[in-house]
Amino acid sequence: MPVKVVERKPLTLAERTYLPQILSGLRITFRNMFKPKVTVEYPEERPPIPPGYRGVPTLVKDPDGREKCVSCQLCEFVCPPKAIRITPGEIPEDSEYAHVEKAPQEFEINMLRCIYCGLCQEVCPEEAIWLQNIYSVTGTSREELVNNKAKLYELGGTLADKHFKWEKKRRAAERGNAH
Amino acid sequence: MNATDILIRFGLGLIVIVVVMTVCMYSVLAERKVSSWIQGRLGPNRTSIPLLGNIPVIGRFLTRLGVFQPLADGGKFLFKEDVIPAHVNKVYFVLAPVIAFVPALVTISVVPFGAYIDAATGAARTVILANVDVGILLIFAVASLGVYAIILSGWASNSKYPFLGGVRASAQMISYELSMTLAVLPVFIWVNAPGTPGTLSLVRVVEAQADWWFVLTQPVAAVVFIIAIFAETNRLPFDMPESETDLVGGYHTEYSSFKFGFFFVGEYANMTVGACVIALLFFGGWHPLPFVTWGDIAAWTGLPVNVGALGAVLAVGTFAAKVLFFLFFFIWVRWTVPRFRYDQVMRIGWRGLLPVAIANLVIYAILIALLERAGA
Amino acid sequence: MSDAKPDDGLISINIDGQEVRCQPGANIIEVAASIGIEIPHYCYHPKLSVSGNCRMCLVQLGLPGKDRATGQPMLNADGTPIIQWFPGPAIACGTKASPGMHIRTDSDMVKQCREGVTEFLLLNHPLDCPICDQAGECRLQEFSAEHGRGYSRFTEEKNVKPKRTVLGPRVMLDDERCILCSRCIRFCREIAKDDVLGFTDRGSYTTLTCYPGRQLENNYSLNTVDICPVGALTSRDFRFKMRVWFLKPTPSIDTETSVGCNTEVWSREGKIYRITPRRNDEVNDTWMPDSGRELYKQVEAENRLKQAAVAGQPASIEEALAAASKNLADGPVAIVGSGRCSVEEQYLLKKLADALGAASRQLVSRIGEGDGLLVSADRNPNVRGALLTGLIDDLPKQRLDDLAARIDAGEVRTIFAVNEDLTAAGLSAEQLAKATIVYLGTHANATSEAAAVVLPGLTVFEKSGTFVNQQFRLQKFHRAVPGVPGARDDLFLLGSLLANATGSQAPTVVASVWEAMAAEIGPFKGLSFAAIPDTGVLVDGSAFAGLPFVEGKSLHYEPAGMEAAATS
Repeated sequence: MPVKVVERKPLTLAERTYLPQILSGLRITFRNMFKPKVTVEYPEERPPIPPGYRGVPTLVKDPDGREKCVSCQLCEFVCPPKAIRITPGEIPEDSEYAHVEKAPQEFEINMLRCIYCGLCQEVCPEEAIWLQNIYSVTGTSREELVNNKAKLYELGGTLADKHFKWEKKRRAAERGNAH
Repeated sequence: MNATDILIRFGLGLIVIVVVMTVCMYSVLAERKVSSWIQGRLGPNRTSIPLLGNIPVIGRFLTRLGVFQPLADGGKFLFKEDVIPAHVNKVYFVLAPVIAFVPALVTISVVPFGAYIDAATGAARTVILANVDVGILLIFAVASLGVYAIILSGWASNSKYPFLGGVRASAQMISYELSMTLAVLPVFIWVNAPGTPGTLSLVRVVEAQADWWFVLTQPVAAVVFIIAIFAETNRLPFDMPESETDLVGGYHTEYSSFKFGFFFVGEYANMTVGACVIALLFFGGWHPLPFVTWGDIAAWTGLPVNVGALGAVLAVGTFAAKVLFFLFFFIWVRWTVPRFRYDQVMRIGWRGLLPVAIANLVIYAILIALLERAGA
Repeated sequence: MSDAKPDDGLISINIDGQEVRCQPGANIIEVAASIGIEIPHYCYHPKLSVSGNCRMCLVQLGLPGKDRATGQPMLNADGTPIIQWFPGPAIACGTKASPGMHIRTDSDMVKQCREGVTEFLLLNHPLDCPICDQAGECRLQEFSAEHGRGYSRFTEEKNVKPKRTVLGPRVMLDDERCILCSRCIRFCREIAKDDVLGFTDRGSYTTLTCYPGRQLENNYSLNTVDICPVGALTSRDFRFKMRVWFLKPTPSIDTETSVGCNTEVWSREGKIYRITPRRNDEVNDTWMPDSGRELYKQVEAENRLKQAAVAGQPASIEEALAAASKNLADGPVAIVGSGRCSVEEQYLLKKLADALGAASRQLVSRIGEGDGLLVSADRNPNVRGALLTGLIDDLPKQRLDDLAARIDAGEVRTIFAVNEDLTAAGLSAEQLAKATIVYLGTHANATSEAAAVVLPGLTVFEKSGTFVNQQFRLQKFHRAVPGVPGARDDLFLLGSLLANATGSQAPTVVASVWEAMAAEIGPFKGLSFAAIPDTGVLVDGSAFAGLPFVEGKSLHYEPAGMEAAATS
């Protein structure tokens, strides 16, 4: 193994007293005192949220107002701290979205457990769960910090959908087979 | 000495204590503010009190400055739960914080704050609680009692981190007291020139600096003394007994609430006394500038700036400004220099400062002797 | 392979360079599986006829070449035979092993075939995985990942087919997902003997349908769901309840008849979601009746006993045990055991009866109609266990007339009923009132209402143990979910009563009960609970060969004698 010996220059007397170094340090800190402050005064002033920020996971609806989640439970499976709990359910035959067949009966995310890793969003085949820019979660009881389905949709709102997979499926079914 | 006299003395003492305590409280605020400014932060800026805090512009300004913060801090110390762990030696555990506080308040009694000329008699008067002739000796003697507080608390806590803190403190204090005393000796050799009445009074030291401040004539002694004061007050970079990172909190790990507050404020009281002594011994006391005294200014301008109440206020103000600067200097250094390792502290003390102090003493003793002979 | 071939009737074939010895005519998929090579397949099922219509199992076949002129083997320079590969691939499921056969399952051609087949199967397959119950145990999913191309070249519109067809009371059909493997059709025709399913239309419009006017409603219909390689057939009971990857399978036994179908109980966090058959070629192959799949509902039934009671008032288990012991000591005692109890419980009950000097020991027989397949006439899973442990020495009767007579005669003062409703077995309310009843059971009934002491026990899903089925096959079941709060393991309750009765220690867990049984009961000699294989072990039941068992012929069981059962 090649060894490179780094030459250390012997310290001068001034350096050995350590005083000049302290003085230069004092100069730096003194200048720092008059520089603009870098902190944000939090509750009044909010930091800018960069795109791709992983905040509170929410459920979203597509622009038609259809709940996107089909309760495939992949997020529940992938969730490392097991924060997600889904009770799957069937969409009744007379519903507008009967062709989707499945939707969550209940969907709970325990924000005391959530670690904001974003795996649920990554794994979701329906792009129904999104980590949005809410970062401040507070509550006075444990129950309050378990977001249920209604709360999740309230937080999530509507998000653009590029695919409209189920809408296409419905239209195809309405057209029927060529045969 | 009659009863009125005693009452007056008592009142003066009370005033001094209140002033010193206020300075300590606001030193804590200064510590927080200065550290946050140095670190690009704002520091305490929310605590407010009714009425005073509600004054339109000023109230907000004071709040942003954190002026009311010490009140909140003090209240917090008062009302927090006072935990005395089961494993401690109760007597010493309670005694230690008191001891930490007392020496600082005792030594302040021999510190002269200023001098003026009595308008009525024309005699020189000193603003001081007790003008004893052995001022510096008393300060050294009483201040060195402060180490007992740390050792006692470390020992009485009956727990490893406080114990280590106590052990470190004792070794460090002994090491640096030596250099500190040796550094001061040439100052008094100079003051006590042959033929003059021998004195260890601080007032005389200040009077001797009417022209040359000792920091100019004895810069090495000044540097050694300031460094030693840092070590004696356990301020960074010498805060071995406390060192949060390796000893959790050092000697006061087991303390909470008001007892912890005593240690906390005691540190600043010691700093204040240290700043006073530095200003007195090497930076001209209440003289505004080297070679310039209030008496000189009075002579040049013809204004009575060294006489009566005005003279006292100006002298004390000058002295206070110097003390405040050194307090700021203490804080400034703390947020600049990282803590030394314990072995480095010992090496600096014994292999750095002590030889320098001794050499300084010998050289100045010879130098002063030669100067005396030449002068005589 | 050595040149000296042992004369065991086996032949040697070569799969991917490995020589394998197998029966002549053996199925290639099975032979490959025996050496750890998986040939992907959808339509092939080991217990059904071969239809060969999914084409997923295509492999390359070859034979050692022979010189046409001389008939001599063609050899390479190093003496190895030259293999002449067939130009086209062949389906492994429809190919029988023949001597010298060479098979390639990983050549480029085979891989291309699989990729092509997968692509065609996926053409019209909907993107339903997120809502499909089969996801996680779907062969199409697995093989698409393994052998598919990973993206779709199909830009046209997929076929539309009915998605919510109700085939029967328990089975739903999603025709879009169907890959036309015809397993379900063959199952209904060959195993269930209820030929109701078939394909209509042609090409990619082929649709699985029920015969007009018929329904898939036989007692084996849910097996079609099990064998469906995709999510086309789904159980209406399990539909959309839980994704399978959360479920933990626990080996268990179907308790509804003495066939003792091997099952798997799928549970998550203490809740059972479904029961599926577990393959045991000696008992139930890969099937089980639909009726046995609903038994898990008894765990969370409304009338489940969850609280011990003394004289109708809630009591702690300890208080109830003390009261029960006190009552039992107050003889004469009649013991009514159950053919639904495990062997271990019956053994402890027998010891308890011995200790109490019980005047009467009975079981209650349940006789139904056997279907000749997996439902036998005896609806108790463990009558033979009671015989082996000595709890009873004759076959039980359906009614407890004998006990009724004794009560009326005042010969019985205390009845210890375990998991049997005495009124259902012919005792009148007046007769129950005459005796002090100690009831150990899982569900409330007329007997528990009348009982002086009620001890809540566990269902078969909440405890471990063994049953002896009609073949005298000792089969074990394991605890799938923890017991409901308030109930205690029957073994603990019986063991505690036994300890109270004898004044000495008694075993209260399965393993220690087995230690005692292995020492005491001849047919169980040398066995321990851990040593019983998951597929069960035949025990010697020849001592009871003369008894008139009620079972008729069923799958893998001939009522004539034990020999037939052992060799089938």
